[in-house]
Amino acid sequence: MKSAVIVFPASNCDRDAKVALEQMTGKTPAMVWHQDSELPDVDLVVLPGGFSYGDYLRCGAMASQSVVMRSVKAHADKGGMVLGVCNGFQVLTESHMLPGALMRNAALKFVCKPVGLEVQETQSGFTRKYENGQRVTFPVAHGEGSYFADEDTLDRLEGENRVAFRYAKGENPNGSARNIAGILSEKRNVLGLMPHPERVVDNALGGTDGRGLFQSLIEALS
Amino acid sequence: MKARVFITLKNGVLDPQGKAIGHALNGLGFGSVGEVRQGKVIDLELSGSDAEAARTDLKAMCEKLLANTVIEKYEIEIKQ
Repeated sequence: MKSAVIVFPASNCDRDAKVALEQMTGKTPAMVWHQDSELPDVDLVVLPGGFSYGDYLRCGAMASQSVVMRSVKAHADKGGMVLGVCNGFQVLTESHMLPGALMRNAALKFVCKPVGLEVQETQSGFTRKYENGQRVTFPVAHGEGSYFADEDTLDRLEGENRVAFRYAKGENPNGSARNIAGILSEKRNVLGLMPHPERVVDNALGGTDGRGLFQSLIEALS
Repeated sequence: MKARVFITLKNGVLDPQGKAIGHALNGLGFGSVGEVRQGKVIDLELSGSDAEAARTDLKAMCEKLLANTVIEKYEIEIKQ
């Protein structure tokens, strides 16, 4: 499985993503700068966490207009897989590659802590190695992670089994609608989520619950 | 030509910042304050003098970048 990590100015989880991909796939991902117009030939593109472009205007808004995002969209349109974590999820919604928007946390505070999640959908290349309803713990670290979409969109996401991860009961850290933590695109090749699976692939860093996501990708893409 | 764009959250979209501002104003003794909604103002300088063309452009700017129309609405004001 070949992968690339997009690096925007003020991305700060690009290295976490790189280390996790190296550890899980045994191959070093290509690090692609936001001004590069071409992506290398890869199976997976990761949009990492951080504060791309200083969160100017809205989180992810400037990054969605960057040169590299045209290639990322083209990659997804061809069926290539794209994983957006945290700021990467915000970039995906701002790019209209995923529906909805991520708003200020309901309590107006930056939340940085491990959060219990339920894997809601295992029929995807990102989640097939998990059990349906499996409880996992991923860390969150964001100030703008409250998922919002109109009721029709939320109904559609649920109806099409596109809610991949939900915050477990009592664990919603940001006021997200229907406890949504991560969603899939219509073609199920794009996943955006606020919690950080790449930070839990090594026991030395507090857990390995995120491994399932990378193992799923490896299986789906090999 | 100068233009001002007002960007606010759509009705029905929860505005926790507006709510916090309202609480703070109540705390300062401004008991008359009810619901508060906050937003952004963007001032732009534009070349050209055709106000209608400018309005068309500004609308496209709002749709493409300045507002996230999933959650926000916008108003355009053109000042000669």
